[in-house]
Amino acid sequence: MGTHLVNRENLMKIQKIITALVLAGTSVASQAQQLNITVTNLTQGIYYTPILISAHNADMSLFKSGEAASPELQMMAEGGDISGLSGVLTTASADIVENPAAGLLAPAMSTTTDLTTTDGNMYLSIVSMMLPTNDGFIGLNKWKIPTETGTYTMTLSAYDAGTEANDEIINGGGAPGLAGIPFAPGADGGTGGTGVTMNESNSAIHIHRGSLGDDDLSAGKSDLDNTVHRWLNPVARVTVVVN
Amino acid sequence: MNNSMKKIVLLGFLSPLLLVASCGSDNDTPVVVEPPVVVTPTPVNYTYQVNITNLTYAQPMSPIAVVLHNEGKLWQLGTMASTELENLAESGDNTMVLGQSMVLSGQSGADVLMPGASETISITLTDTEPMMMSLATMLINTNDAFTGFNAMDITNLVVGESISLRTSSYDAGTEKNSETLATIPGPVGGGEGFNVTRDDVDFVSMHPGVVSVDDGLSTSGLTQSHRFANPTLSISVTRME
Repeated sequence: MGTHLVNRENLMKIQKIITALVLAGTSVASQAQQLNITVTNLTQGIYYTPILISAHNADMSLFKSGEAASPELQMMAEGGDISGLSGVLTTASADIVENPAAGLLAPAMSTTTDLTTTDGNMYLSIVSMMLPTNDGFIGLNKWKIPTETGTYTMTLSAYDAGTEANDEIINGGGAPGLAGIPFAPGADGGTGGTGVTMNESNSAIHIHRGSLGDDDLSAGKSDLDNTVHRWLNPVARVTVVVN
Repeated sequence: MNNSMKKIVLLGFLSPLLLVASCGSDNDTPVVVEPPVVVTPTPVNYTYQVNITNLTYAQPMSPIAVVLHNEGKLWQLGTMASTELENLAESGDNTMVLGQSMVLSGQSGADVLMPGASETISITLTDTEPMMMSLATMLINTNDAFTGFNAMDITNLVVGESISLRTSSYDAGTEKNSETLATIPGPVGGGEGFNVTRDDVDFVSMHPGVVSVDDGLSTSGLTQSHRFANPTLSISVTRME
């Protein structure tokens, strides 16, 4: 019987393994998961406002590229206010960690938190506003949490909520619909900018085209410094340890 | 051959040392003492081929540093760059990086790797299986941009297997991105390389990109052509033996 690759004994072993895998898979998927999540700011000069981390069900989605931002996402992207999204998530029985960095996550810094998921919350989403920008944010949308234990690393790109013109004027404007950038946390912003643009012709969520900035901190079009406030993707790293 | 002789020969076959001991009192027996077997272990080589392609438009890469190591890192995000890395990132000189104490085996690329060009670097470590590989090179038409990978785990790479990856660019944070010709060592500037002064954020991060004179930095000696986006290198690492 040397030509048979799978003899009866081996076949039984394989069946046992498959059964075990299926059992393991179903049991893990329907039970709580212990996650350890690290978010790293990869940029040199951009700060992240209080981060919102959530595990939610398949029906929930915080944002979708190519579609208009919800009012709650707009609040987060324009002013760093995560209370709206947090409320929506709570209504949907999501598991939430708010503000793990206890404030702003500075350039090149990391924050780590634990998240225990409950039944059915099998998707991970993370958002945070990028400062100083008008409505730029980092986003991980609806990432299927693996049932297999291990360490999973991914990088995030910068999105534009499409809700506010990128005028790049620092004027304290953080409320939804109010033009301008709330502030530059690194105290490295300028004043007197005339505005890069007054239009936001693409009102759908899209990959951020980047800030322009200029080299005159008291005049010019932008209040951003073009040697400090620009970035290239990726802008964040997320490491998820599934225990 | 008598019985005792047979016994001695048999014992001798089993152990030359025992033969010498047994024959001490038996002078009539011709004694064949075999020379002790000196076991020379065959050196075990762990060899990797690293193929690198420069993906940029106009950013030549300084001679690439490839190192095998079992501890340490070439850099750490959010932490100040080592002097060795600062040297590489500001001047393109990889000597200090290759000479670090953690390096078990280090190899330099043959020359500057031009945009669009590829190079294969072979690196070997003998008798110790390396756990990590790191690679670093400067984008030489910048102040202190570098790219590469850091402490990549290669323990599970079997002979014939490859790891392919693309790398993003980092900023050493040791020299402000003034982009003036006097501070850029690459062909566009021919300016200063390493300078001991640290006049920037003094931590390693991803690079924000080159602004250039064409995009609003009036003092920049760089043009639109020197801008780059990520990724900047395409790399494949293959274990050869």
